[in-house]
Amino acid sequence: MSYHFDLTLAQARDALKAKKLSAVELVKAHCEAVERLDGRLNSFITRTLDQAREQAAAADATLQKGEGGLLTGIPLGVKDLFATKGVRTTAASHILENFVPPYESTVTTNLLREGAIFLGKLNLDEFAMGSTNLTSAFGGVENPWKKKDSDARLVPGGSSGGSAVAVAAGLVLGATGTDTGGSIRQPSAYCGITGIKPTYGRCSRFGTIAFASSLDQAGPMARNVQDCAILLEAMAGFDPRDSTSVEKDVPHYEATLGQGIKGLRVGIPKEYRTDGLSEEIQALWDQGISWLRAAGAEIVEISLPHTKYGLPTYYIAALAEASSNLSRYDGVRFGKRVPAKSLDELYEATRGQGFGEEVKRRILLGTYVLSSGYYDAYYLRAQKVRTLIKQDFLNAYEKCDFILAPTAPSGAFAWDEKPTDPVQVYLNDIFTVPASLAGVPAMSVPAGLSHEGVPLGLQLIGRYFDEETLFRAGYVLEQAAAFHHRPTLHAGVSA
Amino acid sequence: MSLDAKTVLKMARLSRLGLSPEEVSTYQKEMQGILGWVEQLNEVDITNVSPMVGTDLARARLREDLVTDGDCQEAVLSNAPDREGPFYTVPKVVE
Repeated sequence: MSYHFDLTLAQARDALKAKKLSAVELVKAHCEAVERLDGRLNSFITRTLDQAREQAAAADATLQKGEGGLLTGIPLGVKDLFATKGVRTTAASHILENFVPPYESTVTTNLLREGAIFLGKLNLDEFAMGSTNLTSAFGGVENPWKKKDSDARLVPGGSSGGSAVAVAAGLVLGATGTDTGGSIRQPSAYCGITGIKPTYGRCSRFGTIAFASSLDQAGPMARNVQDCAILLEAMAGFDPRDSTSVEKDVPHYEATLGQGIKGLRVGIPKEYRTDGLSEEIQALWDQGISWLRAAGAEIVEISLPHTKYGLPTYYIAALAEASSNLSRYDGVRFGKRVPAKSLDELYEATRGQGFGEEVKRRILLGTYVLSSGYYDAYYLRAQKVRTLIKQDFLNAYEKCDFILAPTAPSGAFAWDEKPTDPVQVYLNDIFTVPASLAGVPAMSVPAGLSHEGVPLGLQLIGRYFDEETLFRAGYVLEQAAAFHHRPTLHAGVSA
Repeated sequence: MSLDAKTVLKMARLSRLGLSPEEVSTYQKEMQGILGWVEQLNEVDITNVSPMVGTDLARARLREDLVTDGDCQEAVLSNAPDREGPFYTVPKVVE
């Protein structure tokens, strides 16, 4: 086999355009990698490999004529939360296990328009609710990384765990993710890849199965910053079918990469230095600060005073919205149905059996915080605290151009190390939810390995619609970190 | 913060989730823990703060009241659990 899985998406694109590589060759190698490795990794829920091979032949014909879009012939994976016309879309839930959408989401439509080839639908936490990818009704996903001297299966993070793993293991050159409270950034960090949650409103939510509508935002996950820049340019754009989509031109992000960050001010939020922060994460963060300073940025301390209230605010807002969004799965019009004697019993049996444990927990809590007598005490209060959290960011951006923070409080842990207390699981998202609540863009870049040998990420948080500065700064971090490690399980490693 | 089994059952009823007795007891404990944890929001002074319902970045838009698609009867019916000719058939939902 001639293909070695060492090309980035950008390099593959250039090789295709220069006709040094054919789309058939590229797609065939990735399809074989999926067949070889994914029985174990379980990053795909549905594979569309035959269709992909056919599309590759068509892509070559287009490329031969010197035509094609930004992504012609590039094999990608799609988180199974995006509706794909004629291809089963499950949200990793039994309740949608046989759902075949008759329409295509806007994000995937945009990628197809640019010539991308989808190898299939990627695993996730059920309805994107989780940060371990262990809540999927289609089984957990294995992180291709291993801790030193241990063969224990590690979690990939979540909810976009399948996306992170398919990219990290070399099964695809890039993937779509969605991020509600960290679901792109945290699995990217756990799997040693790059992922960006753009500004809320940058990518259309049309055709993306809803979890918490005021927070959900799609974004790319890929090997490096340049690949994310290429993918975001293709995915993003105004869509009249999403009322929260913002009418704003999408820049040519790739062109900003080499511009450097000389003279930019980097905010370091003092509240993120919590007592519980491990020395290792602290050291990584300090290293990141030195890298940015060495590149000519000015380091300024900033304050985001309501940081500690981010997580509880997030859980109230997200769960309330989730309980409302998921009421549509009633077993009547589409999806799974469990027959019963009365209508109420049909609803209860369908939803009781169709949803998994974490989804039910969140629906119950969301219903509670919205219920009569508790609405003001919980939901309304959380919405007000959310205003204060957003204001913290706006105040901070008076003093700085972007923010540097860790992505997660630890690296990937073993499947059986997942805490049993839900509150402990939620703490994984402590550094990612504030940006989600404010709606500002944020990116995770792999920055080093832990003492146990697993990847750790640094997070860059920007101003509304200023993804360009994140790409510039992310590129600087990437060059300085020179993270070229590969996971144990990888398409380019012969078994 | 105390949350009894009756409240869990009431939430399950409101959200039409059928739960086993074991689930009720597990969720009771977990919800109690989570609700206790979110009570820290009571420390925050929210006087004169308005609730955030979105980022306010998108404008409300008007569009012409026109048909933008159509002729997709089969697509609409493709996920129907049951159909009769061109009609959706569902269990009786009005009692």
